[in-house]
Amino acid sequence: MAPLLQVNDLRTQFRTDDGLLQAVDGVSFNVEPSQVLGIVGESGCGKSVTCLTIMGLNDKRNTESSGEVLFRGEDLLKASPKRLREVRGNEIAMIFQDPMTSLNPVHTVGKQLSEAVILHRDVSRKEARARALELLEAVRIPRAERRIDDYPHQFSGGMRQRVMIAMALINSPDLLIADEPTTALDVTTQAQILELLKQLQKDFGTAIIMITHDLGVVAETCDDVVVMYSAKVAEHADVDEIFERPQHPYTWGLMGSLPRLEVVVDRLQQIPGQPPSLLNPPNGCRFHPRCPYTMAVCKEKVPVLTKVPGDVFHEQACHLDPATKEREAAKLLAAVTGVGA
Amino acid sequence: MFQYLIRRLLWAGVLFIAVTMVTYVIFFLVPASPARLAAGKTATPERVEEVEKFLGLDDPIYIQYGNFLKRLVIDRSLGHSFTNRRSVNEEIFRAAPITATLVFGGIILVLLVAIPLGIFSALKPHSLLDRAAMTYVLIGISLPSFWIGLVLAYLIGFKAQLTPIAGYCEVFTVPEAATCGGVGQWAYHMLLPWLTLAIVVAGTYVRFVRAEVMETMNQDYVRTARAKGAPERQVMRSHILRNAMLPVVTIIGMDIGILLGGSIFIETVFGLPGLGRTAYESIQNFDLPTLQGVVIFGAIAIILFTLIVDLMYAWIDPRIRLS
Repeated sequence: MAPLLQVNDLRTQFRTDDGLLQAVDGVSFNVEPSQVLGIVGESGCGKSVTCLTIMGLNDKRNTESSGEVLFRGEDLLKASPKRLREVRGNEIAMIFQDPMTSLNPVHTVGKQLSEAVILHRDVSRKEARARALELLEAVRIPRAERRIDDYPHQFSGGMRQRVMIAMALINSPDLLIADEPTTALDVTTQAQILELLKQLQKDFGTAIIMITHDLGVVAETCDDVVVMYSAKVAEHADVDEIFERPQHPYTWGLMGSLPRLEVVVDRLQQIPGQPPSLLNPPNGCRFHPRCPYTMAVCKEKVPVLTKVPGDVFHEQACHLDPATKEREAAKLLAAVTGVGA
Repeated sequence: MFQYLIRRLLWAGVLFIAVTMVTYVIFFLVPASPARLAAGKTATPERVEEVEKFLGLDDPIYIQYGNFLKRLVIDRSLGHSFTNRRSVNEEIFRAAPITATLVFGGIILVLLVAIPLGIFSALKPHSLLDRAAMTYVLIGISLPSFWIGLVLAYLIGFKAQLTPIAGYCEVFTVPEAATCGGVGQWAYHMLLPWLTLAIVVAGTYVRFVRAEVMETMNQDYVRTARAKGAPERQVMRSHILRNAMLPVVTIIGMDIGILLGGSIFIETVFGLPGLGRTAYESIQNFDLPTLQGVVIFGAIAIILFTLIVDLMYAWIDPRIRLS
């Protein structure tokens, strides 16, 4: 089957007062129909910008993008604004990080949901409203028929995110981009929203790009994972594979900083240092200033994404030799799972 | 809601007392004799004393203030002018509509200019249009209204002869001695005053609309609207402007109240017999009852329009309506 979305060598740069900022630097991945792809990384690594670029939602005045975003074979980077508007909210929909600010405070949720329908379907207001109600029920908002005329401020954060999900799914898109959909919510609500997304993904058959910095979310929801670091892809693999055989020291760092209930540790591991400035990234491998395994080659040569030998899909970009990687990965896994520790 | 209105009305009462008291105190601090002015230049000291007694100016200030309040509450009368004995009520009712037409016409012009200009400036910051608009804002804010009024009267009225230089025409009850009358003539004579008021006031609004639109453009819900596939026009109208105009409404309401209290400079420059001119003349003649009348009218206008703004706000902003 042809992939639903093919992102090839995507580059996005912003013109800022301090110079050019390369926010996405040669990112490639595919999303198959009904697949859930996770994009993981620290704040500012370019994961959100990647998705805003796919949607064509970057500010055109100071942004340039190159590469390809093939959605069912059609390059969205070259699409007209009109065509992009047809795609947005209809074939590709997006939900955002902060549900408290993502809904317009002066319109009822019913109106905002109906707007999404009317923009893409030739339906009456009444039909649009009926569809809105249907979706509010699908995202399990209690007493939806009464709440449809409420304003966003009358909903809690979790309920607002449900409204956002309803709005995104209202036209049954083929692809849903979820930009940290649970980050702004409290932990119990997070679990509910993830559960809901998983359920809806099954019901609607929508493919999802799940942007997150939470490996726990990835483990629970995703089929494939892209680990991004400093605007580049560090590692890209099947979800089970990446948790069993992580190949990149940055991925190890992310895993080491995950809290575990069943293992007693004095302190959580952290990755030392800060993510590098995208205005002036380090030479060679961008992770080398923070990497405990840095070699001379890391400071000079940019590692390219190469396939990891094995049956399962797995790519990584690190100069470290495979033997060391296998050994360190095994050590890390032993430590975090408590086996043999 | 009802409780809120009661509270607002009580506050209006407090404000009213404060404003009238301050006017009284200031008036009596000024070293001048209204009685002497009223009696005329040739009056004898006895005559002046008589006039003083007649006008009640020989009583202590608190008695005078008490009498004023009593008259206002019981007779609903603002008293009579010191200078020509005309009823102040009548004078206010005659002058207020003139000021009101100046203010409302001017404000409409302000909105017609400031909203589009503010939006375009916000959409293309640092563009030529934006720079021109910001230069205009600086001019509008810095230059006094009477100067702009006089320059316009000179350039448009006198040099270009496009409008009258000054003067006012009645719309309905045209006096026999009047040289002009009717709606057309009235509007023709109001053009320059409206324009002057608009130029002076619009500057602030351009700046304000620009800032509000720019801030609202970066809100998350605007991105949500685009992510839904909404065209830019709809994003601007339904999502940006609807939110950006909330604070603008507040400022307009307050400005209308303030301007209704008298646009002294514009009315004086263009010879409009509105409240501003009435106030100006009553100050010159130490005509306390008339001045007090204008002050009270101004205070009521401000109180009223602030209340209207608050009620309107509750209507256009659902967050306030329900909390």
